[in-house]
Amino acid sequence: MRTRTMEISVGIFILAGIIALAVLALKVSGLSLSPAKPTYKLYAQFSDLGGLSVRGRVSIAGVTVGRITDIQLDTDRMVALVEMEIDQSVDTLTVDSIASIRTEGLLGEKFIDISVGGDPEYLADGDTIIDTQSALSIERLVSNFASSLGK
Amino acid sequence: MLDSLQRLGKSGLETLSTLGRAGIFLVNGLFVVPSLRGFPLFVRQLFSVGVLSLPIIVVSALFIGMVLGLQGYNILVDYGSESAIGPMVALTLVRELGPVVTALLFAGRAGSALTAEIGLMKATEQISSMEMIGVDPMRRIVAPRLLAGFVAMPLLALIFNAVGIWGGMMVGVEWLGVYEGSFWNNMKASVDFGEDVLNGIIKSVVFGVVCTWIAVFQGYNLIPTSEGISNATTKTVVISSLAVLGLDFILTAVMFGDF
Amino acid sequence: MSNQSNNYVEIRGLTFSRGGRRIFDNVDIDIPRGKVTTIMGPSGTGKTTLLRLIGGQLRPERGSILVDGEDITKVNRRELYKLREKMGMLFQSGALFSDLSVYENVAFPLRVHTRLPEDMIRDIVLMKLNAVGLRGARALMPSELSGGMTRRVALARTIVLDPQMVMYDEPFTGQDPIAMGVVVQLIRLLNDALGLTSVLVSHDVQESMSISDNLCIIADGRVMGQGAPDELKRNGSAFVKQFLNGLPDGPVPFHYPAPDYAQDLIEGDGNARFLAKAR
Repeated sequence: MRTRTMEISVGIFILAGIIALAVLALKVSGLSLSPAKPTYKLYAQFSDLGGLSVRGRVSIAGVTVGRITDIQLDTDRMVALVEMEIDQSVDTLTVDSIASIRTEGLLGEKFIDISVGGDPEYLADGDTIIDTQSALSIERLVSNFASSLGK
Repeated sequence: MLDSLQRLGKSGLETLSTLGRAGIFLVNGLFVVPSLRGFPLFVRQLFSVGVLSLPIIVVSALFIGMVLGLQGYNILVDYGSESAIGPMVALTLVRELGPVVTALLFAGRAGSALTAEIGLMKATEQISSMEMIGVDPMRRIVAPRLLAGFVAMPLLALIFNAVGIWGGMMVGVEWLGVYEGSFWNNMKASVDFGEDVLNGIIKSVVFGVVCTWIAVFQGYNLIPTSEGISNATTKTVVISSLAVLGLDFILTAVMFGDF
Repeated sequence: MSNQSNNYVEIRGLTFSRGGRRIFDNVDIDIPRGKVTTIMGPSGTGKTTLLRLIGGQLRPERGSILVDGEDITKVNRRELYKLREKMGMLFQSGALFSDLSVYENVAFPLRVHTRLPEDMIRDIVLMKLNAVGLRGARALMPSELSGGMTRRVALARTIVLDPQMVMYDEPFTGQDPIAMGVVVQLIRLLNDALGLTSVLVSHDVQESMSISDNLCIIADGRVMGQGAPDELKRNGSAFVKQFLNGLPDGPVPFHYPAPDYAQDLIEGDGNARFLAKAR
C-alpha cells in the first residue's frame, strides 16, 4: 500500500472521529456553543416530588426558562427542597407565583411549571417560591374518586 | 488435596509474575523518547489498527443501532413512551454499548492482529536481529503500536456511537414513524455531554489502553512457535474481553452509581 | 581499544544455565582472528545460545567473554551498542524485516548507525547486494523471496557496516544443494576478501569441515574438542570421532536405556506373550 494513500486514510479516520465527537456533542447532547446564559437561583418546597429529578426543566406557559439543579430533603419540615436555575432574562416572576409539578403528556417526564401572579414585587436570586403544588398522584386521585363514589 | 493447593499457589505466583512483567513492559514501551523519526511508524500503525477496523466497527454499529431502535420501540410502545426511543438509543450507546462493543470488536480484530504480527516477528527472530543491529525493539515495534491503539480506540468508539444513533434514528423515524423532531429533542434533553458522552469517552480510552497493552504484551511474550502464536492470539482476545467487561462494571459503578 | 592478539573472541570459564539446566559449564573457547571457526554439537546443546552470549544478548552466570579485547559481559548499554557495530549476525531464518523491501532491509543498519547521505547509502547497499548476487532483487519484498535468497539478502545486511566478525546461526540447515553451495562459497569468500572473523554454528559436519579453519565441538555443556578439522578427525576423543564421522553408535549410544532384550520379549505383559506361547 502506498504511503501516501495510507496517510490520507489515517487523516480521514481521525477527521471522522472528530466529526463523530462534534455530532455527539451538539446534536445528541445539546451542548450549546453559545456562552452560558447568566442565571439566578430560585427555590421551591414540595410535599411530593412524584418522580421529578435533577435536570428536569422549568417552564413558564410551556416555554423552557431554566433547569432543576438540585434536590434536597429539608429535614426540619420534612419537605423536598428543589433548587432551580432560571435564565436571568426572565426576571419578572412575582413573589406570589405558583410552582407546580406537571407531567409531559400523561406518562412522560416530570417538570416544574411556574405561573405568575399579580404582586408588584418580583423574585430575586435566592428567593423561595412559597405557593407550590405537588405532583398529582394517580393513586390519590383514584382513591379520592373511589371514596367519593362511596359517599 | 495438598497437591492441588500447591498447584493453585504455583499458578497464582506465575500469574503475578506475568502481571509484573506486563507492567514493566508497559512502562518500558511508553517511556521511550519520542522522535520525529518515529512518526511515520506511528501513522502506519494507526492505519493498521484504526482504519482497517473501521469496516467492522461501522457495520456493527449500524446493526446494533438499528436493533436498539427496533427492540426499544417494541418495549416502550407498551407503556406509551415511544417518544423516549431517542434518549434510550443514545444513552445505551454512549454510556455502554459504544465503548464496550467497540473494545470487544477491537480486541478481536486489531488486538489479535497485533499479537500475531509481533509474535511472528519474534518467531522469525526479527526482534533478535533488530537488537543485534542495535535498534531498540521497544522503540521501533512496541511504542508505535501502543500509542496507535490508545488513540484509535476512542476514535472508533465515537464513530460507533454516531453511526449507531443514526441507525437507531433510521429505524425509529423512517420505519416506525416516531416524529423526528421529538426524537432529537428528547435526546438532547436527556443526554448530558459531561456525564454521558465524556464518561463514555473516558471508558473507551481506558479500554483502549487495556486492550492494546494486552495484545502487544502477549505478542512480545509468547513462545516463538506457531503453536505459541495461536495460543497467544487466543489469550489476547479472551483476556482483553474479560478485562473490558470487568472494567466496564467498575467504571459504570463509579461513574453512574450513587457514590 | 583493540587487542591485536590472535583471538578475536576469548571465552573463559563460561557458565550459563537456563530453565534449571546447565547449558555451559566452565567452558573455554578461542575464536582465532581472521579465520572461519565452526562450533558444532548435537542439537539442543545451546549453540545458538553461545552466539547470543557472544553478542551480549544474554549474560552468563560466571565467566568472561572478551570480544576484540573488551569483556562484553561487563560493558554498559552504550558500549554494548558500539561493540555490536563491529559484529554481524546471520540468523537461521534470515530474519528480514517483513515490512521493508530488500533494499530497505540492507540499508537499515546504515540508517541506524550512520548519517550517510542517501546516495552513499545507495552505493553501499548496491555493492553489498552485488556481493551476494542479488542486486537485481532490491525492490522485492521479503515475502517474495525464496528461502535461499532470503538468507543471501540477510547476509548482505549483516556485512553492510563492514563488521569485523560475522556470526552464522545454522547457515546450512534446510537448503537445497545449489543454495547450499552458494552459501558455503560466500562465507569463505567474504571471510577472506573482507578479512573477517567468521563464527559458524552448525551440525552439518560435511559442509562445516569443508570451509572451516577451526572447529570447536560442544556437548553436555562442555568442550569436547577444539582445533583444526583434520587434526580432530585423526586425534580426537571417541566422542569427537563418532561425531565427525557420523557414526550411529559410540559414546553417544544408539539404544535408549532398556532392560535385557530377550527377557523383554519373553516376559511382556499378560496379553503380549507371543514368544512365550510359541514355546
